[in-house]
Amino acid sequence: MRNRDIELDIKVPNQTRYLSLIGRIGEDIAREIDRFSGDRETLAYQINLVLTEAMTNAIKYGNSDCSDNCVHILINIAENELLIRIFDFGQGFDINEVQSPDFNQLEDRGRGIFLIREIMDSVTYIRNGDNGNVLEMIKQLD
Amino acid sequence: MNITTEEIKNTIVIQINEERLDAHNSGELKAEVQSLFEKGKLSLLIDLKTVRFIDSSGLGALVSGFKNATTNHGTLKLSSLQPQVKSMFELTRLHRVFEIFPTVADALEG
Repeated sequence: MRNRDIELDIKVPNQTRYLSLIGRIGEDIAREIDRFSGDRETLAYQINLVLTEAMTNAIKYGNSDCSDNCVHILINIAENELLIRIFDFGQGFDINEVQSPDFNQLEDRGRGIFLIREIMDSVTYIRNGDNGNVLEMIKQLD
Repeated sequence: MNITTEEIKNTIVIQINEERLDAHNSGELKAEVQSLFEKGKLSLLIDLKTVRFIDSSGLGALVSGFKNATTNHGTLKLSSLQPQVKSMFELTRLHRVFEIFPTVADALEG
């Protein structure tokens, strides 16, 4: 791990009451990154949002078999890249099948993955061997 | 969820006294709006002055309320969006759907 790298390994109970805690951690990270020249408050909101959306998905759809009923989040900032991994133990799904919302149809749901994709540069959701699934999100911090 | 409601000029003003409107608390807002329409209150205004963060679940609760308003031949307006919250409406094109006012007073006049 290099001198200015940041790595956080977080486990929280899979309850929505902890969304605000994780979101605040994301905002604090945005304010700590010392190689970012863009709008920090926008970045803070964006990291808060992608963590909130991804954790909500993990709680709602992913963690039915999690033995310790937790959500596991890894956040890594190295060089000019933010990497977030969220692990779950559910059935999983094909993220490539998730369509962007039809803006002419007014639906209550279906905007979470769209928002993550809008903010992050790379989003994948893959099987993690025998250890469930991992949603991996990467953003370049230029 | 900390919500206060007040009737002003035949409009129910719903003040959300939370910093976040997210998957943890948006279900309560959705239920409150539905309950008001079921009670025959047809003009609702949700003031988001204190809300500095909204996620897709929060947006979904507001969309649900808007659809409820349409079904009941009522209205659901929004006021006092903070800049980051407003940008979420723009990103999801929902700013084209809702009537959004700078303040409660503007909404009540509008």
